[in-house]
Amino acid sequence: MAKGKITIDENICKGCELCVSVCPKKVLKLSETKINDAGYNPAEVVNDDCIACTSCARMCPDSAITVEKID
Amino acid sequence: MAKVLMKGNEAIGKAAIEAGCRFFFGYPITPQSELPEYLSEELPKVGGTFVQAESEVAAINMVYGAAAAGARALTSSSSPGVALKQEGIGYITNADLPAVIVNMMRGGPGLGTIQPGQADYRMCVKGGSNGDYHNIVLAPSSVQEAVDMVMEAFDLADCYRTPVIILSDGLIGQMMEPVDFHYAPKRELPPKDWALTGKGDGQKHMIVNLNMDAEDCENHNIQLQKKYVEIEQKEQQWEEYCMDDAEYAFVSYGTSARITKSAIDTLRKEGYKVGLIRPKTLYPFPKEAFKGKNIKKYMDIEMSMGQMVEDVQLACNDVNKVVFFGRCGGIILTPEEVVEFAKSVIGGDK
Amino acid sequence: MSVIFQKSKGLTDVKLHYCPGCAHGIVHKLLAECLEEMGELGNSIIAVPVGCAVMANKYFNFDAIQSAHGRAPATATGIKRVHPDKMVMTYQGDGDLASIGTCEIVHAAARGEKITTIFINNGIYGMTGGQMAPTTLPGMRATTAQHGRDVHIQGYPLRVSEMLATLDGPAYIERVSVTTPGQVAQAKKAIMKALKVQKEGLGFGFVEVVSSCPTNWGLTPVKAMEFIREKMIPYYPLGVFKDITREGN
Repeated sequence: MAKGKITIDENICKGCELCVSVCPKKVLKLSETKINDAGYNPAEVVNDDCIACTSCARMCPDSAITVEKID
Repeated sequence: MAKVLMKGNEAIGKAAIEAGCRFFFGYPITPQSELPEYLSEELPKVGGTFVQAESEVAAINMVYGAAAAGARALTSSSSPGVALKQEGIGYITNADLPAVIVNMMRGGPGLGTIQPGQADYRMCVKGGSNGDYHNIVLAPSSVQEAVDMVMEAFDLADCYRTPVIILSDGLIGQMMEPVDFHYAPKRELPPKDWALTGKGDGQKHMIVNLNMDAEDCENHNIQLQKKYVEIEQKEQQWEEYCMDDAEYAFVSYGTSARITKSAIDTLRKEGYKVGLIRPKTLYPFPKEAFKGKNIKKYMDIEMSMGQMVEDVQLACNDVNKVVFFGRCGGIILTPEEVVEFAKSVIGGDK
Repeated sequence: MSVIFQKSKGLTDVKLHYCPGCAHGIVHKLLAECLEEMGELGNSIIAVPVGCAVMANKYFNFDAIQSAHGRAPATATGIKRVHPDKMVMTYQGDGDLASIGTCEIVHAAARGEKITTIFINNGIYGMTGGQMAPTTLPGMRATTAQHGRDVHIQGYPLRVSEMLATLDGPAYIERVSVTTPGQVAQAKKAIMKALKVQKEGLGFGFVEVVSSCPTNWGLTPVKAMEFIREKMIPYYPLGVFKDITREGN
């Protein structure tokens, strides 16, 4: 299984949770501690299980997510 | 070039082509339909595009797009159709885009009549769309002048990035007169470096119509007003007829002015010292024409119920000096009734 | 390590003003990605609507014009006739396209204007605050139909893709949605196809996106996507309604 790395631009994220809802590996959740410039709880990565499927990034309305594949 | 005998509406179409217009978007309505008919045949011959739009509203918004894309674009209609175009005219004005709109006026309000009228003065000169704006308005009095004004209208539109309205009427549109076509731009025209052309590798261009921020919106209005100050200073046009020794002056434009000239010829033969100030630009109104004149009464003659009267009052700076006579609803004035009206005003003061 | 997904160059760096979870952002991204992949970012002009997407001109990284309400297809017609070699798009919501602009979209489609229209159908007026749209479902609540749309009083919703598919002018019509990564991928394919029929000069391309309005629906973004799947799509079935590249083959 491929491994991936997710980078979230926390100040663009609006905390809509669509990325969280579509991740097959439950890699993402909304932060309970961080609040960004606009007052949202941004999404954050909570484990190393990313499989580089890019589902989160494709669903993100604000194009806040970049996905890299670990070779 | 030898003169050719042409119908007003068709001559306007040819003038637009001569002035480099290659895009026409319109909708049928009497008494202007010969203009789209002519252009549907002639524009494709010069590589141009004619689109019969689904409505007046669509036609003016096609003009908005073509103008934004950098083209010289034309639409035409008659009174109720121009009422429908007002939304788009406001958008084009707000976006600082050039366009030419021909209004072959008929009697109103509403569906009115198909006979000639001049009752769209307020709609076109004072602004029939929302917001603080003006359009340049040119009022031809003959087919030749309509030709010349259409050509100049495209230059004025490009020069000031604003819609220009040819405010004529069904009589000029339907009559045939000998005309020649000689397009000679008098103004330096700025490059259209703002046009939507696909950005290539450069900066993207945007044509915007919304200013969410109130301060931005006010600033844009202030810029528009600066444009109007310049237009009022530089672009007033009028004709004076028998004004050198005139004591009483008619003020009349377009078809009414032609009839008024006949009335003046009759009155002059009878010894009345009458003349005519004929505004060729209705906006900017030719206030300069009224300066330094020693006139006892201004007789405003229109084919309406007196829509230009306030502008004449302001121009001569005397409400009491202005009297009005007009017919409307598609009735064309006769020289005889203008003569009779003048005599009732002047009395024995020859 | 290699980047396998990042923001499209067809979008600017301006932050989207849309509410959290609004699908406008997903569809903007798809259009931008398609034009980028086609190599058309320097060759594109879009007419944006009146409605929530009125400021989309700031978000797309190509030439753009703000249209009058509903008139984007007419404005795009003017642009395309001047620049037949450019990619010309309209991006319109359901109030804009299916109510005040019904006349313009029908006739642009009927003329076979070589433009591509992206139609966002979320069954509500977003920008003005949740009023009933021409696409509001029977029984669905809106601020101007507070007890739900009563079809005996307010009539029935418009199925625009089906209507336009009866015309000869359109080259490609598809209705898609964006509630799952799979649907997003399908929506991208549809937009690509609708752009390609324009590029190839085949005719009018139209993609209807059954979309969400979490704020005015009063649902979380995730629940709004469920609402689309459970309520909207049964009324607005997904699929290809017209494809002249397949007909007669």
